[in-house]
Formats: sequence, structure tokens, C-alpha cells
Amino acid sequence: MLAWTIYISFAAAGLLLLLGPDNDRGARLLALGAAVAGLAVGIVGAIEHGAGLATVSRHAWIPGLGADYHLAADGISLVLVVLTGLAAVAGILFSWNVGYRTREFFSLYLALIGAVYGVFLSFDLLLLFVFYEIAIVPKYFLIAIWGSKGREHAAMKLALYSFVGSALVLGGLVAAHVESGARTFGLEELARHAYPASFQNWAFPVVFLGFAILAGLWPFHTWAPTGHSAAPTAASMLLAGVVMKLGAYGCLRVAMTLFPDGLAAWRGVFGALAVAGIVHGALVALVQRDLKFVVGYSSVSHMGFVLLGLLTLSPVGLSGAVLQMFSHGIVAGLLFAVVGRMVYDREHTRDLEELRARRLGRRLPFAAATFVLAGMASMGLPGFSGFVAELQVLVGAWQTFPAYAAIAGIGIVLGVAYTLRAIQKAFFAGDPTPATAPVPEEHAPPPPAITLPEKCGAILLVAVTVAVGLWPRPLIDWILPSFASSLFDGLRKGGGL
Amino acid sequence: MNPDYRELLALLAPECAVVLAAFAVLLVDLRFRGKRTIEGRMVLGATVLTVGLGCAAALLFWNPVSADLLGGSLVLSPVTRHLKFVLVALSIVAAWFCTESAFTRHVGEFMALVALATAGLMFLVGTENLLVVFVALELAGVSLYAMTAFDKRGPRPAEAALRYFLFGGIAAAATLYGFGLLYGLGGSLRLPVLAAALAGRGGDPLVQAAIVLVVSGFGFKIAAVPFHLWAPDAYEGAPAPAAAFIASGSKIAGFFVLWKLLQGGLVGVAGNAGWKSMEPGWLPVVALVAAASMVFGTLAALAQTGLRRLMAYSAVAHAGYALLALAGGSQPALLYYAVTYALAATGAFGVIAILENRAGGDSIANLAGLRERSPLLAVSLTVFVLSLAGIPPLAGFIGKLGAFVAVSKLGAGQRHGWLVVVALASSCVSLYYYLRILRQVWIAPGGTGGGIRAGVAGWIAAALALATLLLGCDPERLLRFLR
Repeated sequence: MLAWTIYISFAAAGLLLLLGPDNDRGARLLALGAAVAGLAVGIVGAIEHGAGLATVSRHAWIPGLGADYHLAADGISLVLVVLTGLAAVAGILFSWNVGYRTREFFSLYLALIGAVYGVFLSFDLLLLFVFYEIAIVPKYFLIAIWGSKGREHAAMKLALYSFVGSALVLGGLVAAHVESGARTFGLEELARHAYPASFQNWAFPVVFLGFAILAGLWPFHTWAPTGHSAAPTAASMLLAGVVMKLGAYGCLRVAMTLFPDGLAAWRGVFGALAVAGIVHGALVALVQRDLKFVVGYSSVSHMGFVLLGLLTLSPVGLSGAVLQMFSHGIVAGLLFAVVGRMVYDREHTRDLEELRARRLGRRLPFAAATFVLAGMASMGLPGFSGFVAELQVLVGAWQTFPAYAAIAGIGIVLGVAYTLRAIQKAFFAGDPTPATAPVPEEHAPPPPAITLPEKCGAILLVAVTVAVGLWPRPLIDWILPSFASSLFDGLRKGGGL
Repeated sequence: MNPDYRELLALLAPECAVVLAAFAVLLVDLRFRGKRTIEGRMVLGATVLTVGLGCAAALLFWNPVSADLLGGSLVLSPVTRHLKFVLVALSIVAAWFCTESAFTRHVGEFMALVALATAGLMFLVGTENLLVVFVALELAGVSLYAMTAFDKRGPRPAEAALRYFLFGGIAAAATLYGFGLLYGLGGSLRLPVLAAALAGRGGDPLVQAAIVLVVSGFGFKIAAVPFHLWAPDAYEGAPAPAAAFIASGSKIAGFFVLWKLLQGGLVGVAGNAGWKSMEPGWLPVVALVAAASMVFGTLAALAQTGLRRLMAYSAVAHAGYALLALAGGSQPALLYYAVTYALAATGAFGVIAILENRAGGDSIANLAGLRERSPLLAVSLTVFVLSLAGIPPLAGFIGKLGAFVAVSKLGAGQRHGWLVVVALASSCVSLYYYLRILRQVWIAPGGTGGGIRAGVAGWIAAALALATLLLGCDPERLLRFLR
């Protein structure tokens, strides 16, 4: 059943191109229908599937190389599939106003979504890589065609970074395939193979780095803020929300399970880079003038938590990392939706100094409220999903790398600072009149009201982050048992877990 | 040895049909010369050629699958049969691309040359005898030189053809010299006999000289660095159908014969091209040529403004990737690469032919607005470009992957991994110029002029794009024919 998430998305992407060129409304509805169907199938399929590792679909694909069309899922995949569904639906709701080449926009969007589902469900490394690469091309076009200032530069930069990352991954995968001597690309089969330490010591950093580039690992993160900022709203939501998760997921699913000894050797180095990303991202976010760059750098910082959590190798840290992927996917989506769709599309500026004067807290109260809620979730306040996730990561890190945990704690404090600064400057500053005074007439005409799709999208995402914050149990019940499967045997033997 | 000519003729029936098709198209065109427009004669010629080559394909289908005649002069196997199908198909495609452009009044002659080149390549694919290899190589080569020069409306085609011809002449001389040395060393023109005689003599300077000569001769054919200098001019000056055929059919046959020579006749003197473990033989030569082709082709393509020259340099880089599969000793990987590359390159030249005819030239700047003027061509070109860039799920990705896996498996301890590193690095760089094309097609504003009617060539290109996609999603469909 889960496999249909992929097929529905790709089929809808194809169908959209067959629609009449001026049928924008039909295109939107079809895209929304497909995304909702994908989400529904994802949720129902996930509940039906349960936390255990089980195959969804398996056929021989390229017998000469031993590659199979092998879709499977465990709890980690399920969490991310549900996240993808949510992000897809919300992204379409927030792109309801796309009017330029609408069909193509939604078609590329759904192709990207289908590829992301594919990555999260692939248990054959070659298949995983294929889906991973399919995701790159739509990203390029979404940014380069529908983006804002500096879009072509940002799109090319993002595409080239992604490609360098995937070239590293491909090199590592081919080497792992050949080194194992087995005619297979199966994840489980290769994870069972004990590679010699000398091999792991170079293969692990290559593959991990390849994936981590997409997860925004410092200092290879620079594609992320520029890409996120130039991208159209839905693409920023997807980029920060799910595409960066592809990278983190690849690190966990491929690099770490395949090369546990290499991981042991390189853990400290990558842990340090993750912490550097947390602090650096937060510091840079603190001084941005462009609101979207604030959110972009905050993503780098939050993804640092994901990577740090993965590298702790303790069950609590790992489950925190996966939960943080989910949480950040929702929260970053929400932040980008407010900045890109609610504010920028109405005010045509994201400059904090210009926004100061516009008193958005008054003029767009819904946007302000949403941004405050999202900001609170992003800061990691209790009651929101970010709290549960980052707390677990810190606890895990405390057990493994106390020094890193302390520095990452500074990152959380900085996170509070930049978020509050952004909220204050964008929505509640520069308004000397008392809140009770009427808005003066001579002021700029009121912006168009927040539309229904925007409200639906915002409520959906806020509800999810609050629900997970208050009751994370269902997700954790999916995540934790996953680490008991045979895939993670190597990690357990290495002393982790 | 007394050859049975009836058997020989029966086995050569497909090639004979191709040659007869060449005569037929000459005669038919002669009959209609001056009575029809050039476009009409092009369609007529393409139709005649399609019928003739269709007969050849049918004869291929009915012919016995395996045979070995006249001391290896004619060797049939399932693989050669499938490659001949591909060559015939590519030749038909080239003929229909002619209908796009009235580049010459000598329609029949051009069509006949297409058929003769095809016949030459079919002979080339189906032999394991050095002498026949050489003769077939010349038959195909001379036809291709002439095809390159066919557009007499400007000085460039003539210059390109002359350059192609001069390089070709030198390459042929080198090949012949190499063959001579091999004959002297091994005492036979048959590849299996040569293999037995030469095994273990990799250190022999004469063997080394023969290897270098042979590789340089075929390096010309497949446009590998440093024997590629003819390619940009020939790709630019030749009529689009001729360029398409040079980029596709000629490449496939060239790679297959080089495979038979190196992995057949010279298999005992392969040597080793591993990092810090080089040993003399043909592997180091091929590895160096491959690495140089990938790097140089990619870098040179970065600077191109015309699609044809860009295709030429990208062809140089692709020759490097394919040589990895050859060095890795995986015949399916090599042939899959060559065939799928040929599909994408032919398709791209089909699009180029239409653009030149109806949109005023092949410059990349000219692609602006193609998405509005002809969505069919825009999508097809996108598929070809992405496949050449090696993006899954298109065939180009599986081809590269097969080559990487094959060369990684070579020797112990993955010492040939350095070639994969070079290949991956140049793939990343190449993405930049491929994306530049796509940017122009899909993003650049406007462009002038109305819609472009795709015509037969457009639909052929679309079919090739579909094939590129399907063969990438389900590579086994093609791979099982190439084992």
C-alpha cells in the first residue's frame, strides 16, 4: 500500500502535463487531490504496516548488477513518509496563488514529492540513489523558474552542490558493491557484510559527506540559505521540510548502517562539524536582514541537531534525531510559508528594516500569530514538537559528547535570540502608536486578506507540531523499535546503541 | 579451404540487401530527378531506404544466429545480430532526418552513402579477421567522409570533411601499421589465434607499439583524446543526418570492434592500469586515453556556444566513459553504453536538424522559448540532455553506472577506482553545461517566431526520447540482448 504514495505522485505529475494549458484551477485541484491521496495512503499504509521492518514490494530490476526494485519500510521510513505527505499537502495549499505556468509547477512539485517518497521507501541502494537523483532536477527548475531574486544563481548552486554530494554517494556505493563481492545492491545484504576497517575508513566519510551535503552539514551548507531564499514558497517548504531530510536519512540509512567501523573512527569529526553548524547557523541567523535568510540559516542550525543526534548513536539521541527531522520538517515549512507566502507575496519585501515600518502585527494578524507559534516551536518551547526532539538529542549527546552537548545548548539559546529578533522586527516593531489606537487612514492600503488555503495549511501544520509536542508517543513508538532490526546490528556491535 | 559461396551469400544476405538498397535509392532518385522538389525526393529516398533496410532487418531476423566462416572473416553471434539491428535502425533514422533539410540536390547519392556506410559498419561488427576489419572500416569511413562534405552551400562542410578525411587517413595508416605488427607477432589475422600467440608478451616493445597504433586508430573512430580533433568540425559542418550517424552508428561499431580487438585478440597483454600498480599492456593506454577524454571533453564543452560543437565535446567525454566499460571487461556494459548514447545523440541531432531548418541555427541562445514553440521538441531535448548528463532514471545513468562498476571490479583492491573518481568529477562538471541548455529551453524568456512543426524527424526524436526513458527504467530489456 505504501508504494502507492510514489505511484500516485508520479502519475499525477504526468497527468498534470496533459491538462489544458489554461486550466490552472484544475491543475491545483488535481495536485491537491494527489497530495492528499498520498498523505492518506501514507498514513493508512503506515498504520497497517506497523513499526517492524517489512518489505512492501520486491522485483528483480537489473539482474546483471543484482539491483532489485525493493521497497520496504521500518518505523523511521514511516515517520518520514508521513512528514512528506504533510509537507506536500501544505506546500500545495501555500502555492494556491501560483499563476505562471501552473501545470508545470505542480507537475515538477509532485515529481519531487514522488521521488522523496521513493527515497524513504527504498531498501535497495541503487533504487534509493535513483530516487535521490530524480529529486534534484525538479528542485532546479522549481527554483530557477518560479523563484525570486537571484533564483538562477541559487538554483545552479543548489543543483551543483547536490550533484557533488550524489557523486560522492555514487562512488561510495559502487565501491561498497564491488568490495562486498556479492552481486547485490540490497541494503540489508550489504549491511550484513563486514567490510574491512581500512575500506570503511575512507568509504564512510565519502558516503556520509555526500549525503550530509544535502542535510546542510557545515561547512557545505551554503547552498541551503541561498536556495531556500530564492525558491518559491512551496519549494522552500519542501527543500527545508523534506529534501534536507533526504540527506540526513541517507546518512543514517546508508552510511551509518553500512560502515559502522568507519563511523566509529569519524564520529568525533562529524560531530564537531554538526555542532559548528548549530552554532554558526544560529549566529548568522542572528544578523540577517532578510527574513527568509533568518529562516534559511535556522534550518542549517536545526539540521545540525539532526546530525548530532545521529552521531550520538544512543537510542535516545537517534530517536531524537528522527523526531527532529519530523519536527523541523513541519516547523520550517510553516516558517517559510509565513515568510514567503503570507508576507512576501503581499508586501514584496523580506527586508526586516522595511518590514519594521509596515506593522504587520496589525495588518496581518493571522500571519503574525502563525509566525509566533512556529517561532515558539522552532525555539523548542515545551508543548511543541521541537522540544521533545531537541531535548532527546541533547540528552543523547550529553551521554556521548558532553562538550558538544554544552555547545549545542548555546545554539538553543541563540535560537531563542534570533527567533525573537525576527518576530519582533518583522511583526511587532516600529509601531509607536498604542495598540488600541485606530490604524491611520493614510497608511498603505491593507494587504489582501489571508486566503482559505493558507489558513488550512497553517492550521494543519500548527496542529501537527502541537500534537507531536504534547503526545510524541505514537511517533516514538514507530522510531524506537526500528533500531532493534538487523539493519543496525553493525552499530550495536560497535558499542553504540 | 574451399568456401561455400552459397552459404556465404546466404549469411551475408542482410548486408547484400543494404547494398541493393543503396543502388535502388540511386535509381529511384535518378528517375525523379528534376520532376520533384528536393524535399519530395528526400521523402522518396528515405522511403526507399526504409523499405530496403527493412528487408535487411527481416533477413537478419531469419538468418542463422551463429556462424563462423572463412577463418573468422564472418562471425555471427546473437550480439552481432542485435547490433546490426541497431545499426539498420539508426540508418533509417538518419535517412528520415534528411527530410528536414534540403541541404543538397544529390539526394540519391547521399542516401546511397548512408546505406553504404551502414553496410560497412555491419561488416565491421560481424568479423574477427584483421584484414576484413580494415576493409570494412574503410568502406564505412570513406562513405562518412563524403557524407560530411555533402552540404556545398558554404565553405565549412568542405573544410570539416577534409579535416575528417585527413585525420581518418592517418588513423587508418596507424591502424594498418598496428595490424601489420600484430600479424607479424602472432602469425595470424584471426583474433582468437592472435590471443593465444600474444598471451603474456605484454612487455614486448613491438606489442606495445602495436597496441599504441591500434588504440590511436580506433581512438580516432570513437573521438577519444588526443585523436578527437576532427570531431568538433565534423559535427559542426556535416549535414545533421550525417552527424547523427557519425555520432551513433559509427561509434557503436567502433567500440564493438575495439572491444573485440582488445578483449579478444590482445586479452593476454592487458597489463594493469591500477593506481601505483601499472604494468605495461593496453590497459594503461586505454585508461590514460579515457581519463584524458573525460577531463578534456568536459572542460572544452563548458566553453561552447553552439549545440553541435557542444555535442562533439560531450561525445569526447562520453567516449572516455565508454572506454571505462571496455577496460572493465564488461561487454553488456560497454554495448549498453554505446547503444543508449547513440539513441540520445541521434535524437539530439534530430532536434538540431529541425532547429536549424525552422529556428535559424543551432546556437544555444536560439533555444530560448523552445518550450512554447514546440513542447514536443523541448521535452525530447530535455530527455536527451539529462540522459547524456547521466541523470536517472534515464538510460545514460545506467550506462555510466555499469561502466563504473565494471572498471571498479578490475584487478584486486579497487585500484582502478581512480578512473571512477575522474569520471564522477567530470560528470559533476558536465552537469553545468547540460543544465545551461535546459535553462535556455525552459527558463530563458521568450524567443521569436511562432510554433515549430515537429514533422517526421520530431516524432522520431520523441520516440527516441521515450526509448531513452524506458531503457533507463528497465535496462534489462536491452541488456539481455547484448550478452
